[in-house]
Amino acid sequence: MNKVKELPGEAIATAAQAPSIGHSVRAYAERVRGGDMGALPAVLGLVVLCTVFAIARPSFLSPINFANLFTQGAAVTVIAMGLVFVLLLGEIDLSAGFASGVCAAVLAVTLTSLGLPWYVCVLAAVATGAVIGVVLGSLVAKVGIPSFVVTLAAFLAFQGLVLVLVDEGKNISIRDEVIVAIAGRNLPPWLGWGLYAACVAIYAAVQLVRARRRAGRGLVADPLSLIAVRVGSLAVIAGLAVYVLNLERSRNPLITSLTGVPIVVPVILALLVLWTFVLRRTAFGRHIYAVGGNAEAARRAGIAVDRIKVSAFVICSAMAAVGGVIAASRASSVDPNTGGSSVLLYAVGAAVIGGTSLFGGKGRVVDAILGGAVVAVIENGMALMGYGSSVKYLVTGCVLLLAAGVDALARKRAASAGLR
Amino acid sequence: MTPLLEVRGIDKSFGPVQVLHDVAFSAHAGEVTALVGDNGAGKSTLVKCVGGIYPIDSGEIVFDGRPVQVHGPRDAGELGIEIVYQDLALCDNLDIVQNMFLGRERRRGLVLDEASMEELAEKTLSSLSVRTVKSIRQQVSSLSGGQRQTVAIAKAVLWNSKVVILDEPTAALGVAQTAQVLELVRRLADKGLAVVLISHNMNDVFAVSDQIAALYLGRMAAQVRTADVTHAQVVELITSGRSGDLGIVS
Repeated sequence: MNKVKELPGEAIATAAQAPSIGHSVRAYAERVRGGDMGALPAVLGLVVLCTVFAIARPSFLSPINFANLFTQGAAVTVIAMGLVFVLLLGEIDLSAGFASGVCAAVLAVTLTSLGLPWYVCVLAAVATGAVIGVVLGSLVAKVGIPSFVVTLAAFLAFQGLVLVLVDEGKNISIRDEVIVAIAGRNLPPWLGWGLYAACVAIYAAVQLVRARRRAGRGLVADPLSLIAVRVGSLAVIAGLAVYVLNLERSRNPLITSLTGVPIVVPVILALLVLWTFVLRRTAFGRHIYAVGGNAEAARRAGIAVDRIKVSAFVICSAMAAVGGVIAASRASSVDPNTGGSSVLLYAVGAAVIGGTSLFGGKGRVVDAILGGAVVAVIENGMALMGYGSSVKYLVTGCVLLLAAGVDALARKRAASAGLR
Repeated sequence: MTPLLEVRGIDKSFGPVQVLHDVAFSAHAGEVTALVGDNGAGKSTLVKCVGGIYPIDSGEIVFDGRPVQVHGPRDAGELGIEIVYQDLALCDNLDIVQNMFLGRERRRGLVLDEASMEELAEKTLSSLSVRTVKSIRQQVSSLSGGQRQTVAIAKAVLWNSKVVILDEPTAALGVAQTAQVLELVRRLADKGLAVVLISHNMNDVFAVSDQIAALYLGRMAAQVRTADVTHAQVVELITSGRSGDLGIVS
């Protein structure tokens, strides 16, 4: 009964004892020990992989290869960002890869056969994705078929659909300048720096305003030093990236100059901001976490669980459509293999490697980007080392298994630490 | 003094099985009313009828002096009746504030109003003198059983509820945590709420309750003041439906 007196350390933290930066570091270390590792494995993996490849093949660090990483990983990353929503519910979408293929085919057909303007075609592709999501989500939420089976069926069916759309295996090339530019062109260097400055400034402003508002109401706010560290590291890392991307990377600069941040980068950043906002700052996002954590509790709290599930599938398939558009842009064409082969597994791998749990309830959109970076680095580095597809598949498979294993072990650890 | 919540003549059948026979029960504001009975006596069914989860076959529910119809959990919530279920209905992956406001989040426009939710949650917890959690931004998964139960109860209190029904709140707890939760139950009543405590544990019942209502095979054996009965009498009421001149007249 007198627990309060015995354990003074358990008192509610008040604003008076505002946490220092050391406090935040300790809290983070505690979380990691408790099994909640978040993005740590992905970041460590990225550092290790980059070091290994940089030593083995110095060309890995060349500006041209660095820029390639972004365009290579973009489609998978965007699909993974959508998958995070479905994974958060503890469901899976195995059809996301071919859904992106179907949407890319819709884009290609509307562009070439119908000759519609690019924005109409992109809209048609994304709308196709949304419709696919409604169908899959309804089958899972309303009919009650396990998502694994629904999307496995869709995985097969969509392969057929792509074949129908591209006329039994023809290759439709895309010549629309805007579409090709998404993954094929770069921002002018000054715009890259401008965008960088704007991003860092907005990030700092958001953090500061939030901390001040909370402090003003007497709530626990992040200390200024922690905000400075966060903004500082973003500024340094992003600044380095922009600097390298703005270096001349053409083999023959006199004929064609090749500099600047690839256009996909701001596209991905915009999607990251949008979906992070939705997940973290809106009631809808909160409800997604709630359904993933305990669907019964969510139902009792008056949340329309079915509607949340369907919307997660809609977001996933619509993002797959965006991924399909990027893939089409990068290849400048669409064929029956678009979104096929390893795209889906890479995307699921990206989300899981980044720290999204396969058991639901845990994950962030930025995880998909970190994991996507790991996948892109493996793919790219292996190719540079001269390994063929065989080794690449083997390694990526092992990495995916490793990530899922880390996820499962972390969960076990959390359970034994009394955290679950 | 009229009871805040009163049910009279409740009958409830599931198909051919009649679970509740002409049950009368009342709960007063500022008091803890313990609802006891053996497994299958109909405790949970009675509570679910009050909470609007099961429709009643006949009888009436009187709330604050006027008869009311409860057709669903939402109706019960609007009256100010909150039920804290045995399985706690908390999301492990959300923090305390997020759980307390789950499904009823406050927002400014499109954006969640975290600051005001946090303030209100903190106010509610401190009004219940809850000091056992480190931070209200801590995930529920990191809480002990007693702390979780505390959060679930605080969640029920947050919405200006008048009647809080607790279904076996101490069933899965250790000694210290049980004491902690019982103290909280007592404080709820002292704040003027009508508290209904379903429990199997006679020690708990005698520790906090003002009245005891004993169900026996779907009938209300007796509702008596705790001070007027002994441990043994209550056990008799639970097991045989009568004790001396108390209980069901056969």
